[in-house]
Amino acid sequence: MVGYTEKIKEIAGRLLKECTVDMVIGFRKGTMPMMNEPCFATTPEAVDTLVWDSNCGINLANYLTNRKEKVAVVAKGCDSRNIVTHIIENKIKRDQITIIGIPCTGMIDKRRITGLVAGEILDVSETENTIKVRTADAETLFDKAEVLQQNCALCTHRNPVIFDEMVADAIPEQEVTDRYADIRKIEEMDTEGKWQFFDDLLRPCVRCYACRNACPLCYCPTCFVDEAKPQWMGKGQDPMDVRTFHFLRAYHCAVRCTDCGACERACPVGINMRLLTRKLEKDCQEQFGWEAGLSLDRRPALDVYQANDPGAFIK
Amino acid sequence: MTLVKIDKSNWVGGLTAAADAYRLYGPVKEKDYHQFKALEKDQMPDLDMVNTRLSPKALLFPQSEDMLEYSLDESRDDHHIMKEVEKDYAPRAVVGIRPCDAKSTLLVKLNFDTPDVKDPYWLKAYEATTFIGVACDTPLSTCFCTTAGCGPYNAEGLDILVMERDDDFLAKIFTEKGKAFADIAGWDQSCPEEADAYMNGKQAAEARIVSTIETGNLSETDLLELHTASFWDDIAFSCINCGTCTFSCPTCWCFDIQDEVHGKSGVRMKNWDSCMFPIFTVHTTGHNPRDTKTQRVRQRFMHKLKYFVDKYEAGIMCVGCGRCVSQCPVNIDIRRVCEQMNSFKPADACAVQG
Repeated sequence: MVGYTEKIKEIAGRLLKECTVDMVIGFRKGTMPMMNEPCFATTPEAVDTLVWDSNCGINLANYLTNRKEKVAVVAKGCDSRNIVTHIIENKIKRDQITIIGIPCTGMIDKRRITGLVAGEILDVSETENTIKVRTADAETLFDKAEVLQQNCALCTHRNPVIFDEMVADAIPEQEVTDRYADIRKIEEMDTEGKWQFFDDLLRPCVRCYACRNACPLCYCPTCFVDEAKPQWMGKGQDPMDVRTFHFLRAYHCAVRCTDCGACERACPVGINMRLLTRKLEKDCQEQFGWEAGLSLDRRPALDVYQANDPGAFIK
Repeated sequence: MTLVKIDKSNWVGGLTAAADAYRLYGPVKEKDYHQFKALEKDQMPDLDMVNTRLSPKALLFPQSEDMLEYSLDESRDDHHIMKEVEKDYAPRAVVGIRPCDAKSTLLVKLNFDTPDVKDPYWLKAYEATTFIGVACDTPLSTCFCTTAGCGPYNAEGLDILVMERDDDFLAKIFTEKGKAFADIAGWDQSCPEEADAYMNGKQAAEARIVSTIETGNLSETDLLELHTASFWDDIAFSCINCGTCTFSCPTCWCFDIQDEVHGKSGVRMKNWDSCMFPIFTVHTTGHNPRDTKTQRVRQRFMHKLKYFVDKYEAGIMCVGCGRCVSQCPVNIDIRRVCEQMNSFKPADACAVQG
């Protein structure tokens, strides 16, 4: 993805100059290693701050919800699938947006990299296939493939499914032989094992809601956890309330989640809540042959009834 | 103020002895991160940490704390009567707290211990606690304590500050509480001859803090002009309004009061709240005076870097621990915001508005 930055600036500058859009949403360089910050540009001059590298893991579809202006947005494969979902769900209109497509070779996992090196990471730089990590004492070179976010390693839609501009030619999609090995392991646990597993998974949660708020699907005006009349659940740290939040949120994302990984990436305490959404993704694929956000022309599996829908669960 | 030398074995022995008189808390590594926890018997605080994920504020101000309890069972004489929840305020000590987190306790105290209003839960816990700090000799690149009114050897809020060396610890005892703890721990080897070593350590540590902020203009800048500055939309754009910054912050003190009833028994509890959450300010009418993201983000930074500065004249409401900087999912950096606020010239705002 080296070289994408210049192309993004060029496209963004042109779109603003020609008044095709009022605003371009992209990333600017962060102040921390492995962090970039979502930002906007409204003038051709302002596009100079835009960047692209393997640290753009936040899903920019999240910044499109209910926008009224004409917007261009930089979109990876997963972001583009969430844009499709946004359009289907009437959160933005297709003719309002210009999608600057990114053939994405994946985002790097900052938590994993932090765990792989000793000492504080002071700088991270990249080439097409390598990631160089510098600490006060050492430099370590990783193959990018080794340090991808898990959702990127498992990704089969790296190219945008919908776009108006592309910053580069499409790249080959990955052959992923088994997307769900970890999910099957949980499915195979007995009840007690599952209980322990989820208890352990969710115990660190502080209910900061970073996962929910980083998610483009979570746009409800008032989330069920925030409702006061009636109040559906407690607001403290009772484990039952914490679990209710995570499980119910995952169900709200069923048939909609594109496994962009923004939730896991945003979590300050390192919870892999994608295990929940991916279980539902797996079920949707197995039961309905459905993958979220691939087409504007097909209604999501849980929106429609079809005669051949699986019915074995009806007793 | 006494300086004592503690051999490494005496450190372990001292803490083991103190555990009979105090409930000990300290940093413990759990999964990928350090957190402050109650130490098990013979468990030592893990000093090989820089910053815990969450600050130790929860030791005095738990994320969820029951205050009152009641019964709705009308067959009981005491039904619908609020009663204090019984708590254990026996002496406790936090071992391994960093000077930034200790200083933040005093900033939080400004809110929970005022002449007019006192938070009994926070205050009783505070009074029961002895704070034993460990000096910060290997700070992170996100630490900016020295320009946030604090420092790696800052004594404010501490009863003892310990400097770790290869073979021993040097401990500076500041208060009666600290002396009482040292007496029980048997840390009594006075070593005035090490004063220079301690000072050298302090200066070297301060020199290692490379990240800085400027705050000198904040107090004289006009509040309303700053409030209407043109940069807030840009700062707030990326914010997802999660609670990461406020929950990880050692100085954020806001809470919400909730009643929870299970069957016929209820509790009234206080929970951490966050000015980042839309419902933080929503009125019962449905009106929300801080309805937009920009308003909420501005509130957080104005509170820390302007309202607090003006109200208490005790500096900024930030100790430079860097947690919000390193944990924010979208990389909103208080150092950058502070720079924009501190260098703000009202004339700029007039030009924009004009």
